[in-house]
Amino acid sequence: MPCVLALALLFSAGGGHAAESLLNRTAPDFARTTLGGTPIRLADFRGKVVLLNFWATWCAPCRVEIPRFTEWQRQFGPQGFQVLAVSMDDDPSPVRTFVQRMHPNFPIVMGDARLGELYGGVLGVPVTFLIDRSGIVRRRYDGGPVGQDVAGQIHRLLDATPTRPHIAVALSRPPLP
Amino acid sequence: MRPNHLSRRQVLLQLLAAPFLADALHAQSSAGPLSATAIPHGQLLQPEELNRELQSGAPRPLILQVGSRILYDEDHIPAAEYAGPAASPDGLNKLRARVASLPHRQAIVIYCGCCPWDRCPNIGPAWRLLHQMGFTNVKALYIADNFGTDWVGRGYRAQKSE
Repeated sequence: MPCVLALALLFSAGGGHAAESLLNRTAPDFARTTLGGTPIRLADFRGKVVLLNFWATWCAPCRVEIPRFTEWQRQFGPQGFQVLAVSMDDDPSPVRTFVQRMHPNFPIVMGDARLGELYGGVLGVPVTFLIDRSGIVRRRYDGGPVGQDVAGQIHRLLDATPTRPHIAVALSRPPLP
Repeated sequence: MRPNHLSRRQVLLQLLAAPFLADALHAQSSAGPLSATAIPHGQLLQPEELNRELQSGAPRPLILQVGSRILYDEDHIPAAEYAGPAASPDGLNKLRARVASLPHRQAIVIYCGCCPWDRCPNIGPAWRLLHQMGFTNVKALYIADNFGTDWVGRGYRAQKSE
């Protein structure tokens, strides 16, 4: 119990202006198809610590973050860590070009205004969320590039709860944004 | 005596205006993408000023969002029009077409808010284009961090696209 309280205190600080209400709540689920054509759903990553990053190719700090996330995915992936990037570009073509050049090792999907609203308003990028293994939003970072403090939070989240196998429970799920 | 007095005033005025003229000349002569930081300070508009102006009932300037369509759809200043991302040639063409028929004295406010001010790829090119087209009453809304923090986060009115 003290451990739970300590974690609650640890993750209650920080975060952005508009999405305080998302902190310590279940991350809104959404389904998209990656640029590579694979359908994915956020809930499918339950059991992993997820770094959800809203970014765009025209955003300089975002471009700095992508190689960093690639490195973290390589480094922390075996411990149950997953990066998921949502591009807020208006058009996927510059995103495809960027991906061909940078070879990120995590899925990238295209976002839209609805998805931004779902996450408390993404009215500027980058915006990065850390979601724990239970699917709870623990951090929001507005602006970037994010640094080693975020890597530290990822470590803590990976250590906070043991890896559990994800059990898919719903066969007929409601449509998602 | 009087000519000398006038001359001193002129010199004083020129000295006062020098930094702004230097800024403007620098901004115009730069090749390639123009940083928002090159826009002369005298042509910046603070969010609180625009908000006050919009609430005053005074005639509104033409407000153009020159950044991301997705971010515009999510939230924008009421009555602002989407003019295209000015960092791209297509976006600049849309902006050019939107203002082509307007008188050069038209009051125009441009804003983006996609990124921190010194990293914004859109506001500088938009300002330069309007300047080059001869518009003389253009203000750039100074958004320090992003539209969420510096407009919506301050409680100023915003609206979503329908």
